[in-house]
Amino acid sequence: MTKIHGQGALVTGASRGLGRAVSEALALLGARVAMVAREVGPLEDAVATLRGRGLDVHAIAADIGDKDAIHRIAGQAHGLVGEIGIVVHNASTLGPTPLRLLLDTECEDLERVLAVNLVGPFRLTKVLAGAMALRGAGMIVHVSSDAAVEAYPRWGAYSISKAAQDHLSRILAAELDGTGVTIVAVDPGEMDTAMHAAAIPEADRATLQRPAEIAAKLVAMIERGDWKTGTRVKVGG
Amino acid sequence: MGALAYAYDAPLRSDEVARHDVRMVVVASGEVVPFRELPAQLRRGDLVVVNDAATLPGSLRAGDVELRLSGPVEGNVLCGVLLGAGDFHTRTEDRPAPRELAIGTTLRFGALAARIVARDGRRVELVVDGDGDALWQALYASGAPVQYAHRRDALPLDAVQTAYATRPWAAEMPSAGRPLTWDVIVGLRRAGIAIATLTHAAGLSSTGDARLDAALPWPERYEIPEATARAIAATRAAGGRVIAIGTTVVRALEASGGAAGAGIARLRLDPAYRTRVVDGVVSGLHAPGESHFELLGAFAPRETLVRAIELAGALGLSSHELGDSCLVVR
Repeated sequence: MTKIHGQGALVTGASRGLGRAVSEALALLGARVAMVAREVGPLEDAVATLRGRGLDVHAIAADIGDKDAIHRIAGQAHGLVGEIGIVVHNASTLGPTPLRLLLDTECEDLERVLAVNLVGPFRLTKVLAGAMALRGAGMIVHVSSDAAVEAYPRWGAYSISKAAQDHLSRILAAELDGTGVTIVAVDPGEMDTAMHAAAIPEADRATLQRPAEIAAKLVAMIERGDWKTGTRVKVGG
Repeated sequence: MGALAYAYDAPLRSDEVARHDVRMVVVASGEVVPFRELPAQLRRGDLVVVNDAATLPGSLRAGDVELRLSGPVEGNVLCGVLLGAGDFHTRTEDRPAPRELAIGTTLRFGALAARIVARDGRRVELVVDGDGDALWQALYASGAPVQYAHRRDALPLDAVQTAYATRPWAAEMPSAGRPLTWDVIVGLRRAGIAIATLTHAAGLSSTGDARLDAALPWPERYEIPEATARAIAATRAAGGRVIAIGTTVVRALEASGGAAGAGIARLRLDPAYRTRVVDGVVSGLHAPGESHFELLGAFAPRETLVRAIELAGALGLSSHELGDSCLVVR
């Protein structure tokens, strides 16, 4: 069971798109939210806007793909919002766009995608999940994609990272089974975001879901607390 | 000062030990076992209590002045100790006092600017301009953990955190918990030994000023969750023992009597102290005469502890803060 009110939460990739919408939705239900993003300007704008609405949100400027940033993120977040009961691993990168065939993908670009989309969430969970497990409660959400399951040409680096993150989620769930920590992956479907525009510039935006709608569904699932640990759920269409 | 008064054949080593390779002296039996055998050294129904305070990046530099935070950040107020020229390679005891800095002086510690508002010798209180987000961003951008003089390289922040750290309240690592890997924690649970948490603001081990050091540890904040208070009561009612991971846990539990809530621990442990809540402690190793050794005297007679340290020395165990362990049960 996860009651959001009064909890500390951490959301990565929080300056725009789904991350920002999830931060807002969590804060609207009474969470204190640490919003993590790489770009200081958009992050501070997002935090200022949400604070203007009376929400308890905080900015942490950091790159989740940077090994040295992980303990700083955790320390700042704990200093700002207290114990953290909810983590949403939302930050991710496509790698270079336009998207390339895998055989045209530079090894360094694949490594960078894995650092942000896979190793970053792993490192951050390693630092945050221990306290959750000892307290007997916590919720860790990995934002996935149907690219984790389907083999779309040109989505290689991103797909590989998301498939691995799905399995990271399952193995963590298996190892922490019985501790009270719930670990899930969620596929939000196609949303009207900057990332989607970078990947598929020709898409008809009118057909895409709004991040706020997906965030509302995702946060409602966290609030209900009936998510089975280790599962992968489609939230959007 | 008393350390030299006691001479023994094989002093403790002082090198770092990987957290998976830590060994533990079991003082009651005189055995040395791998730390991962902790579950087998306790009994079903015992309760292990850990300090989940994360270690602050509490060492900040402004030119030739070093600030070491002595406790949690309270709003925009920093409390700590100022040291003069030198770096961590010089023992704190040998560091000079900082140059005269008047109340009202602003020091720039990298990205963090702070104004001195109170001072007692090396001990200072400073106020940071700017809101919480900026303060925490600057603190983590510019601070490093307090270092150990006997190390060649500086320890990064991740090297001084336990596997279950939460709020950054500790001036120095609550290091007794460092060898508690998830393998050990899972093993404790499987053996019917519960684990509970509290948060205790472990302070500085030294200020470099004998007058201030004589009063250490200073009063330290703690918070004990309801669940932990319930677990302690249930354990004691069922005849189990409460085992503290580290002396900071002993201080918090003894100061609170095991009750839930926030408070300030002021008590000082010594051989004359009789614990009310805690039955045993896991601690780092310290030579007879060191203050940390003396406070283990609350749990076992001095001769027993001395024999244990002699054995540890003979078997090559390390007294480094990131070294080996001992288990002392009353």
